Amino acid sequence: MTRSLRGGQAGYFFVAGYVVLLVAFGIVPTAYAFYLAFTNDRGQFTGLNQFVKVIGDYRFAPAFAHVAVYLVLWLVLLLILTVGIAVVLRGRMRPGLSATLRFLYYVPGALAGVASVLVWLFMLDPSVSPASGLLRALGFDTFSQVIAPENLPLVFVLIAFWTGAGGWIVVMYGALNNIPDEILEAARIDGAGPWKSALFVQIPMISRWIAYMAILAFAGGTQLFVEPQMLQTASLGRLDPAWSPNQLAYVLAFRYGDFNGAAAVSLILLVLGLLCAGLLVRRSGLFKVDA
Amino acid sequence: MTTNLSSTRPARALGIGVVALLLALLVVFFALPVAWLLLAPTKTASELVSAGPFSFGGFGNLATAWRNLTSFEDGVIFVWLKNSAIYSAGSLVLTLATSVPAGYALALTKFRGRGLLLSVTLLVMIMPSATLVLPLFLELNKLGLIGTVWSVVLPFSFFPFGVYLVYIYFATSLPAEMLEAARIDGAGEWRTFTAIALPLARPVVALVAFFSFVGNWNNFFLPYLVLPSSQQFPIQVGLNQLLSTTPSFNPVAGAGLNITSPELALSIIIAVLPVLVVFLFSQRALVSGMLAGATKG
Repeated sequence: MTRSLRGGQAGYFFVAGYVVLLVAFGIVPTAYAFYLAFTNDRGQFTGLNQFVKVIGDYRFAPAFAHVAVYLVLWLVLLLILTVGIAVVLRGRMRPGLSATLRFLYYVPGALAGVASVLVWLFMLDPSVSPASGLLRALGFDTFSQVIAPENLPLVFVLIAFWTGAGGWIVVMYGALNNIPDEILEAARIDGAGPWKSALFVQIPMISRWIAYMAILAFAGGTQLFVEPQMLQTASLGRLDPAWSPNQLAYVLAFRYGDFNGAAAVSLILLVLGLLCAGLLVRRSGLFKVDA
Repeated sequence: MTTNLSSTRPARALGIGVVALLLALLVVFFALPVAWLLLAPTKTASELVSAGPFSFGGFGNLATAWRNLTSFEDGVIFVWLKNSAIYSAGSLVLTLATSVPAGYALALTKFRGRGLLLSVTLLVMIMPSATLVLPLFLELNKLGLIGTVWSVVLPFSFFPFGVYLVYIYFATSLPAEMLEAARIDGAGEWRTFTAIALPLARPVVALVAFFSFVGNWNNFFLPYLVLPSSQQFPIQVGLNQLLSTTPSFNPVAGAGLNITSPELALSIIIAVLPVLVVFLFSQRALVSGMLAGATKG
């Protein structure tokens, strides 16, 4: 078809700028990580030796176990609550109230990263926290009791949910807003109540966004770094400096100068993320679009 | 509709009650830490421990905290804020200029390599960005960009998430027939893009701009590695420096310095203000703009 040919040339023009950035800051660094993971510090090819070395490291299994617990808690909470809340806020609620709630839920998103960790250092310190009554009722009298190793996954879920959930609620709400009113009206006329309408009309119609949120949340979860790193600083170094896999990579790179081992850890994280993403892409039909 | 509705009324009332309770609990969870943070700089470090968590201390304390914070290393906090503005705004411009046309082309034109580009975009996008930080550092080092504005702005500009948002927006909201009609009317590809697609793209441009700005303003890891000098820090890396010099959580550090809990809280507020302002602006664009999609006519 002549149309596809015409569109083809224009297509190359439209994507050119992005492709340059993709190659320079996506492909090249990735290839470099591969190169590092399969060589040693003198640039000699070493096969899988780097992987054998880091997997055998005594900190490797615990770091992945920590993050696995965190990811399960985080993904379940995020998927159920953000989609559920977005549906409720898009439902029969006064627009002003809905907008106010979205704003209140989102506000902490402005504090993502370092700021959120600082805020939660205060929130989890029973001596200054507004929830100190709750903390004490749960048996936490000091900051160091709160940040005991077994509590860390939950602490990071709290921080991640506090900063991340509101933004996703706004995105889900926006996606729901894009569903034509006629479709919802038709479902209502067919006798679907709010529950049925949400489960069988609204949520399926935003499934791409939900799958996308899950992919990003998973990827973000595996790369947990700033939160445990800052908590480690605040705990006067009593926490494990290699609590998360990324911290292990960081420790390998900057404490031991072992860039090759660090790249091997990073590639393992990458493969995990890809496997999960591939599964979601397949199941949600994220890439079946063909205009 | 009438009989069905009346029979389920008690169940529905209970459901509404549970939902309302959940929404209220979430307001407490999300908003109270922010309220605490806003009030914290009005108190002294010891009042933070002894006074009620949501009590107002006094403007005198706020002024003291401001004075202490802004005199830290001769007002370096203003330099950090200026740096954050330059890095975020510069990369936002480049991100929009590259991701909007790219997302449009991926959704609505056909070219060889389109499927590959989509797949690679997805792969790089879901790849933990921290995975790339170390190799990125070595690459930038080789290019001699370490310690320059470009070592932050250029990697920040590469935003596959933005491309994906634009792609999915055009793929779901802009019927190919509309473009076909424009082409039949004799419009070229560029004219079709600027006259038909761009005006419809405003909601998604707002969305991309919003995520790009917020993400870059809050980014920590990359600038932490590639910008060695305190004069080049963005505010996030600056906050980390403040934490390591305050005795709030680390009594060993910062003895004799004036950066305590109220100053730290004030610095957090100052650091997040620009993002809050952007959100107010973007939310309006989101809500009104999303309703103006092409499929809704």
